[in-house]
Amino acid sequence: MRVALFIACYNDALFPDTGKAVTTVLERLGHTVEFPMAQTCCGQMHYNTGYRREAESLVGAFNDAFRGYDAIVTPSGSCGGHVRHHHETETAPNVYEFSEFLVDVLGVSDVGAYYPHRVTYHPTCHSLRMLRVGDKPLRLLRAVEGIDLVELPEAESCCGFGGTFAMKNSETSVAMLRDKMDNVHITKAGTLCASDNSCLMHIGAGLGRIKSGVRTLHLAEILAATK
Amino acid sequence: MSDEKVNVVWLGSPTFPNAAHDALRDGQLRRNLKHATTTIRDKRLRAVAELDDWETLRLAGSQIKDRVMRHLDEYLLRLEASVTAAGGVVHWAEDADAANRIVIELVRAKGADEVVKIKSMATQEIGLNEALAADGVTATETDLAELIVQLAGDRPSHILVPAIHRNRTEIRDIFRREMGKYGVAAPDDLTDEPRVLAEAARLHLREKFLRAKVAVSGANFACADTGTVAVVESEGNGRMCLTLPETLITVMGIEKVLPAFADLEVFLQLLPRSSTAERMNPYTSLWTGVTPGDGPQEFHLILLDNGRSATLADRQGRSALHCIRCSACLNVCPVYERTGGRSYGSVYPGPIGAVLTPQLVGVGTSKHADSLPFASTLCGACYDACPVRIDIPEMLVHLRAKVVDAHRGEKLPAPEALAMKAARVVFGSPRRLAVAERLGALGGRIAGIRGGRWLPGPAKKWTAARDVPVPPRESFRTWWRKAGRR
Repeated sequence: MRVALFIACYNDALFPDTGKAVTTVLERLGHTVEFPMAQTCCGQMHYNTGYRREAESLVGAFNDAFRGYDAIVTPSGSCGGHVRHHHETETAPNVYEFSEFLVDVLGVSDVGAYYPHRVTYHPTCHSLRMLRVGDKPLRLLRAVEGIDLVELPEAESCCGFGGTFAMKNSETSVAMLRDKMDNVHITKAGTLCASDNSCLMHIGAGLGRIKSGVRTLHLAEILAATK
Repeated sequence: MSDEKVNVVWLGSPTFPNAAHDALRDGQLRRNLKHATTTIRDKRLRAVAELDDWETLRLAGSQIKDRVMRHLDEYLLRLEASVTAAGGVVHWAEDADAANRIVIELVRAKGADEVVKIKSMATQEIGLNEALAADGVTATETDLAELIVQLAGDRPSHILVPAIHRNRTEIRDIFRREMGKYGVAAPDDLTDEPRVLAEAARLHLREKFLRAKVAVSGANFACADTGTVAVVESEGNGRMCLTLPETLITVMGIEKVLPAFADLEVFLQLLPRSSTAERMNPYTSLWTGVTPGDGPQEFHLILLDNGRSATLADRQGRSALHCIRCSACLNVCPVYERTGGRSYGSVYPGPIGAVLTPQLVGVGTSKHADSLPFASTLCGACYDACPVRIDIPEMLVHLRAKVVDAHRGEKLPAPEALAMKAARVVFGSPRRLAVAERLGALGGRIAGIRGGRWLPGPAKKWTAARDVPVPPRESFRTWWRKAGRR
């Protein structure tokens, strides 16, 4: 099986550790990961903000970059959802969100990780309601050795990010963020985990501002951690 | 009572972010909304979980509505023929003014100067109460929550629970202050017990029910094959309006028609569970034309377009017309929960309002309407809750594109349009992206060294409550290349 990593542009620029972690986990499971250098952006931001023409002009390049791979794995639920739902190309059906790929395609839930900390998980909206990943990320987390996984109250409520919504409607966005942070604090977890760095960046930026001490980590980074 | 000009929107409404600015600062409103929406949300989930064929019902509802929209002209003509055959009179109204004029003429012909009303979104949409008042006719809302809103001179903030922004103490104060001005006053010792408040409303309204010669209603459904019109409600006030007055005038959006009486089977299961989270609503009234010696002896059905034909013409936008006004999307919406309904500046608030309002009034006609499709994080909770499976997130994005396209080619493009075009250029080649990433990392690290917490210009909107993420020293693609991977 030829596996390509579709990192998503903001992970490439801002969260390279997540890409490294995805590679680490997949290699630990015996797979070779390729990173097509021609990849840039799937066009989700343009599409969701109403710049459909610009978004559509990126589809062809995405398809060219990833043609020929059996699986295109991404650590972004929202970009994965965008490609699968809106790119009408031969590569689109081969795109898998990271937890989907592990559980559905590789059939594993225990990836041999060790993370002895209290963790709470925020299911991001697009992985939940667009890709319908369900409890796959939680199944992967439950199998992590040493983890103290606690349920996040009102977990399925949006964190208020919504891409350009966070700027256009910043006050409503922050009101939603505050409620999300309150719920994170109720869990007394030291780590907030999610399967999308865009939402995680939003919540993390809020937690950082109030100096809450809670760290944010992508699911792949917890699954990459070992003894 | 309010006399503001309404046609779908309250004219001159501010954009959504500006309206939300005030709503978010109202602590009482936030508490009232949080309590009300979370309670109904949990109840709805329980009510829906009782049916093992819920998803099949949703699909059926969606397919019936699809068919209605494809053959709307045909079903409307069939409805007109059925209603006429059953002794009713059908009127066609192209817009709000036309519909209001028809109602006023009918009321005048009866020599009446007051009407009792059943809760109805269509009559709110056309500003009927205000139009009647301008012509010297008093309209009394008989739904408890609508009465509260009307007495307070307030705007409704929810489709089903228009006074959701009020708690019972506020309601007691409104009743004490206002009821006496319009009829039977509330007793001096009125408490904020729900039972006591309802009793005060009952006494205030009874006098009006017994006196009114004309009632005005909306319609939840109308069956093309039989001419039967249906109204579902919880309080029985609707039943009083539909049976006591001599004349009944129903204003109905043209999209409410159903092909057949049998289709009610689907919708009467979908609607109550989605709206009030009940297995069945307490009162379902069905009437077919007029029945000699029983109930109103004159029945007028006004079929209202008011922007619906234009909405129907947009294949990606038309399913907004499938809405059965249950308000499940409002109750699950995280944006609505924080801002309340009045921030939408429309009689149709919440997610469905964000897609319906701009289509009814026209994209590109005002900054207010154009701001509504952006009043969502696209979290998708509304789509999951919608009993007729309206894909609201996808439609929001479709309307955003229409808003953006309406402004393309302007001499002074907005900063956002420029940024989006610049990003498109950067993403156009991996080489340009790599350069941009290196520059971004450099700039970000400089900002980071200087604290990285407060940025000027439009970025202030982010940094008001959120830190700036500091880019790493090297991007993933740089690391990959340096590591000699392929």
